[in-house]
Amino acid sequence: MSLSENTTVDVKNLVNEVLEAYPEKSRKRRAKHLNVLEAEAKDCGVKSNVKSIPGVMTIRGCAYAGSKGVVWGPIKDMIHISHGPVGCGYYSWSGRRNYYIGDTGVDSWGTMHFTSDFQEKDIVFGGDKKLHKVIEEINELFPLVNGISIQSECPIGLIGDDIEAVARAKSAEIGKPVIPVRCEGFRGVSQSLGHHIANDAIRDWVFEKTEPKAGFVSTPYDVTIIGDYNIGGDAWSSRILLEEIGLRVIAQWSGDGTMAELENTPKAKVNLIHCYRSMNYIARHMEEKFNIPWMEYNFFGPSQIAESLRKIAALFDDKIKENAEKVIARYQPMVDAVIAKYKPRLDGKKVMIYVGGLRPRHVVDAYHDLGMEIIGTGYEFAHNDDYQRTPHYVKEGTLIYDDVTAFELEKFVEAMRPDLVASGIKEKYVFQKMGLPFRQMHSWDYSGPYHGYDGFAIFARDMDLAINNPVWGVMKAPF
Amino acid sequence: MTDKLSQSADKVLDHYTLFRQPEYAAMFEKKKTEFEYGHSDEEVARVSEWTKSEEYKAKNFAREAVVINPTKACQPIGAMFAAQGFEGTLPFVHGSQGCVAYYRTHLTRHFKEPNSAVSSSMTEDAAVFGGLNNMIDGLANAYSLYKPKMIAVMTTCMAEVIGDDLQGFIANAKNKESVPADFPVPYAHTPAFVGSHIVGYDNMIKGILSNFWGTSENFDTPKTEQINLIPGFDGFAVGNNRELKRIAGEFGLKLQILSDVSDNFDTPMDGEYRMYDGGTTIEETKEALHAKATISMQEYNTTQTLQFCKEKGQEVAKFNYPMGVTATDELLLKLAELSGKPVPASLKLERGRLVDAIADSHTHMHGKRFAVYGDPDFCLGMTKFLLELGAEPVHILSTSGSKKWEKQVQKVLDGSPFGKSGVAYGGKDLWHLRSLIFTDKVDYIIGNSYGKYLERDTKVPLIRLTYPIFDRHHHHRYPTWGYQGALNVLVRILDRIFEDIDANTNIVGQTDYSFDLIR
Repeated sequence: MSLSENTTVDVKNLVNEVLEAYPEKSRKRRAKHLNVLEAEAKDCGVKSNVKSIPGVMTIRGCAYAGSKGVVWGPIKDMIHISHGPVGCGYYSWSGRRNYYIGDTGVDSWGTMHFTSDFQEKDIVFGGDKKLHKVIEEINELFPLVNGISIQSECPIGLIGDDIEAVARAKSAEIGKPVIPVRCEGFRGVSQSLGHHIANDAIRDWVFEKTEPKAGFVSTPYDVTIIGDYNIGGDAWSSRILLEEIGLRVIAQWSGDGTMAELENTPKAKVNLIHCYRSMNYIARHMEEKFNIPWMEYNFFGPSQIAESLRKIAALFDDKIKENAEKVIARYQPMVDAVIAKYKPRLDGKKVMIYVGGLRPRHVVDAYHDLGMEIIGTGYEFAHNDDYQRTPHYVKEGTLIYDDVTAFELEKFVEAMRPDLVASGIKEKYVFQKMGLPFRQMHSWDYSGPYHGYDGFAIFARDMDLAINNPVWGVMKAPF
Repeated sequence: MTDKLSQSADKVLDHYTLFRQPEYAAMFEKKKTEFEYGHSDEEVARVSEWTKSEEYKAKNFAREAVVINPTKACQPIGAMFAAQGFEGTLPFVHGSQGCVAYYRTHLTRHFKEPNSAVSSSMTEDAAVFGGLNNMIDGLANAYSLYKPKMIAVMTTCMAEVIGDDLQGFIANAKNKESVPADFPVPYAHTPAFVGSHIVGYDNMIKGILSNFWGTSENFDTPKTEQINLIPGFDGFAVGNNRELKRIAGEFGLKLQILSDVSDNFDTPMDGEYRMYDGGTTIEETKEALHAKATISMQEYNTTQTLQFCKEKGQEVAKFNYPMGVTATDELLLKLAELSGKPVPASLKLERGRLVDAIADSHTHMHGKRFAVYGDPDFCLGMTKFLLELGAEPVHILSTSGSKKWEKQVQKVLDGSPFGKSGVAYGGKDLWHLRSLIFTDKVDYIIGNSYGKYLERDTKVPLIRLTYPIFDRHHHHRYPTWGYQGALNVLVRILDRIFEDIDANTNIVGQTDYSFDLIR
């Protein structure tokens, strides 16, 4: 497939054309997930969070990916057992660039892969006995481990293992939290249920069974960062701003996070949520149970950062509000210089986004800050509340695609010819082969951080280097 | 807060510089001391030292249950790789959908190429009722959208645990006209809880050959002069398969690679995205039944397939990732024997040039101690080549390695005086290897990108020569097989050795007397 020469695209018509390729049953189902955003729309008019159609090359992952890969995996002073066959842990080993500081293998384990490596006999006779032994061995070889999580792979729920009983027994025995997570990959329709299950496991096995650390002294300025996985250091370039305005970040969930930070979170005055999709559950729970308010914020791009800092500061006293203004002012010259340098090189460039979590909407204004335009966006595993939050960011006429298939995305990109595609590793080389600049917006293409003011400079530079690299100019052979 | 910002538009600081700035250093320290409730620095240092000890090694080797940093993946990724070497073939993975996202990602990160495969996206209801409907709808969708010439079906562990019957399901789907009745849909059951990716490779190749060759024994098939070759799961397949074809061309023999991913995993950037490219055609696959012989480049990737070929009356020969002078000699002699054609003079010349290169550089490798890990066949091939260079393979480790494999490695080690300190560790993982390296130091590690953690911990330089290589680019485009491939491997090893010597002799006025211009 190569890029078409059409300059004007009737997007509605395009959607219908693309759907033509499907067998009828699937066409009807997929039609509900594709739409062109209308003016004044309250949501994006697409169906979401339902099963992917078989055989279509969905880009989604599974519940295990949502729990082990996203929520639990980054907690650095715990060991997360990929419980079941060897593959899941192998493929997700060090895949997400959740930066942390620690002595790996001694007091931190983020870039290691622990598995019970199920064999046929474990499937036939059950794996609980093996799990006991796995936990004993981990505690002996890694005495500084502060907790262990059991991340269930598909077979666990199918063979009827009682990992909860094992967790209770072992926790009592080793005197550390052992947390069973029922995140078997076949549960739900995407990563999303895995996030929810992982949140619930924190609720039931951390909040219910542990206490905030003795001697923890609260202040009126205690906040948490919830739903930042510290990809390329995102949580750090966010934390620094919150500290600069005078707040105390008592916990990071879960990038560079620790068991103690989870345990102390109920002491927060307010929970600040970046990735709403993956962690709103625990924030809502804390609101109900501990009366802790929560607020969504957006640290992508200077417009949103300033707005978020002001919104956050508004929850605190005048001192914090003044500090927020000072911080915004302090960074403004750097922001202005970044925009002066890169905007002329990026102005008017069209972008199509397809990622997961919060980014299909949250990154939009960062592109706008650089003069770029979003012509299509969509989520891998959004729910309706995500699509309700999206029209705030994108304009009328934007193509919206939910759980897009590789086929659809290729056809859309081919026809709409954006200047940049912002998606994941599985999509990257497809579009580069077409001659399109591409940035991975899960791993920041091994760059980052992209959060905060420090991150924005990197983001701007990266978009420029993708779009303005000379390689695109030599794509066509002169013969 | 200081007024000067570290970040700037003039010189954008990346993560590796940004977070070393004083404001971040202070922030990290505060987070650690106020909020992390970790262990004291002294305690961490004590335990860190303990993990390097003989005592720790003994505990580590006493492990029976937990596997830490293994050198193996699960069956379906191997099956997918095998299927992707056939023309226009779309792998269809029956079971949970997340698995496919993982396989595609893993292969893409290594080859820096698109990787296409679909899932039947089974969820909880399919776990209860079986995945038949997912198969029926899935095949219809995949066929309509992606216009494959063949769909190769394999399974995730979910489908295996609930016992879905691929043969029956595919027949059923054909009855429902998901795909035409004569459309090839070979399959292989690939349970993740049996063997590893190399077994999955074997199962899928056998599945595809069975589909076209028929499953009954047939000794009467007329044989042609053709020789089939099965490369096995190989991260260097792009370079290696092309090198094999070049060698066959030099020989003037008809060599048919069964599962050739070299073009599919190395498409050009010219404005056109090719979802499928190259690969063994269906006609070639059918025709391969009549070949006089089938060669496997990786014994442990083809146990069942070779048996199947043998049952079809073919002569079979197996190698263990042949690398270096004598292993290539053996491969070429086998080709000569099977084809009745002499080894061509051009290859003899290449051999001489390789030996010349080794002789030019041998001083730098002689007596150097190596740890080698990876798939069983790679470890065997690498060990053999190191011995040939006068290097000493010391720790040879493969999580997929069996007792039989250990004996095989031992036999290779026994064949050379340079092998006397070598020991093979089958069924062990990279956390075992960490203990081995700390307690019995080596000069270099040969493995894949995951070995960078060993390099960081033990300070032993890593040479990346096997799948997956995520953090270095394009090496897979260069062969490691044949005399030319051996030359590439030699250069990779030498470069690392020289870089290491330079890095250890570059302190001005202190060590740089040895910072030699000529080495």
